[in-house]
Amino acid sequence: MTPHTIDVCAVLRSAVNQNYGNLLTRDTGMAVRHQIERELMAHREGGITSLDFSSIGLMDYSCADEVVAKLLVLLQNDDITRGGYVIFRGIGEDHLELVESVLTHHGLALVCLCEDGRPRLIGRVSDAERRAWDMVRARGQAAASDLADEFGFGEDFVAEVLDELFKRRLVRRADNAFLALDATDMVQ
Amino acid sequence: MNVILVPASLDDQTFEQVLDQLAPLPPDARILLDARNTTWASPYGLTALLTLAQTRAQKPQFMPPTRDDTSSYWSRANFFRYAEDLFEIVGTVPFQRPERDSRTLLEITPVSRSDDVHTVVERIKDKAASILTQNLHLESRAVMGFAMALSEACQNIVEHAGRGGWVAVQNYNYRKRMGRHVVQIAVCDAGVGIRQSLESGNRRPLTDRWDDGVALESAVIQGTSRFPDFGRGQGFKGIRGYLRKWKGKLAVRSGSARVAEVPSWDDDVPRRDHIAPMPGTQLFIMIPEEVDR
Repeated sequence: MTPHTIDVCAVLRSAVNQNYGNLLTRDTGMAVRHQIERELMAHREGGITSLDFSSIGLMDYSCADEVVAKLLVLLQNDDITRGGYVIFRGIGEDHLELVESVLTHHGLALVCLCEDGRPRLIGRVSDAERRAWDMVRARGQAAASDLADEFGFGEDFVAEVLDELFKRRLVRRADNAFLALDATDMVQ
Repeated sequence: MNVILVPASLDDQTFEQVLDQLAPLPPDARILLDARNTTWASPYGLTALLTLAQTRAQKPQFMPPTRDDTSSYWSRANFFRYAEDLFEIVGTVPFQRPERDSRTLLEITPVSRSDDVHTVVERIKDKAASILTQNLHLESRAVMGFAMALSEACQNIVEHAGRGGWVAVQNYNYRKRMGRHVVQIAVCDAGVGIRQSLESGNRRPLTDRWDDGVALESAVIQGTSRFPDFGRGQGFKGIRGYLRKWKGKLAVRSGSARVAEVPSWDDDVPRRDHIAPMPGTQLFIMIPEEVDR
């Protein structure tokens, strides 16, 4: 599955007509999010969209709240991607703390492809969700029955955890199997 | 004419002496602010003076510092550029030389729109990075939080004040308390203030007591905003988190109350009520030099 990439810095420059490359102020965040929403809605069904933050300079809480948190809430509740997934990339170590704080406040989580190329789950997830997500990522794909023994709980419990990850758009689903939003998906 | 004496050293604490002198006077009383003996002012002191002028029904008179180095510094900090509109200046305003003061990260700058916040942060980001890492010996990741704190502080004006305000940022040696370098961000406005802002959004908490102190604590400590969206009101939380990490100080004054996030090096009080009133919201952030590194 080849991802569609949205360069957040390019969106920023076009949405608010400024050349700074900084995600600052709530107004700016709102304008950027609206444009990302339009691009996501125009994209084909079921794909993976990569939101690329690698050219973003500075960021503040209000803007991150608009661009990251409100976008994730919309993706989870209104499914504007029609079954699609969003993976974040280029969120540098400098931004990570701020983004985590925004996500934690809202009880949200996202998959981020970090500078080392490995996907990371950031934000608020339960220990069971994080463990299941790690196991799916390590295997590439897995069904609840594949993980139950290692997990140490019954298959039904693991299925519930995986289903929750799927609802939160943190893993993909194909029939009974759950697939990682894997680094290999990101190769264009 | 009511003469208000400006203290020799004007900062967030001594500015209260100015307000104490003003408190018995009606808003339309003619006043003269006498700063002739003032020899030093923090960014908070300078921006608060401009803000004070905005609150008066009659244009106040202002006597500049007599010491050349002081008035010349105030001039380079852009104070007189805006003071000439807000005050009737009694005396001579020094000619503003084109060079910038090396301690000044950001001269007094008006903030009223979202674009102003972008401009302010962009203007100082490189110099701030250099001062935070080289003068204050902070890790480079402190720079992102600094920009966040500056941006969130300025956005309070844009989002809540209902009128423009001022921001200034300076690096100086805080001999009075620490003998260390600090960076101070001052953001002052003469807008509606935090209590009225919360009331306008029907965000007053369900409590018997409701005054400026409760409103301030609700906004600054508990993250209440006049907007009902769940992500709102978190700017102060972000600023406080950043300052806790770098042992910095935050003080916010609005109406007749003041709350502060007090680091271990300071002996300020966390909350003061029933102080002399001043319209709007005035805040300062102070980040000290790291001495353990």
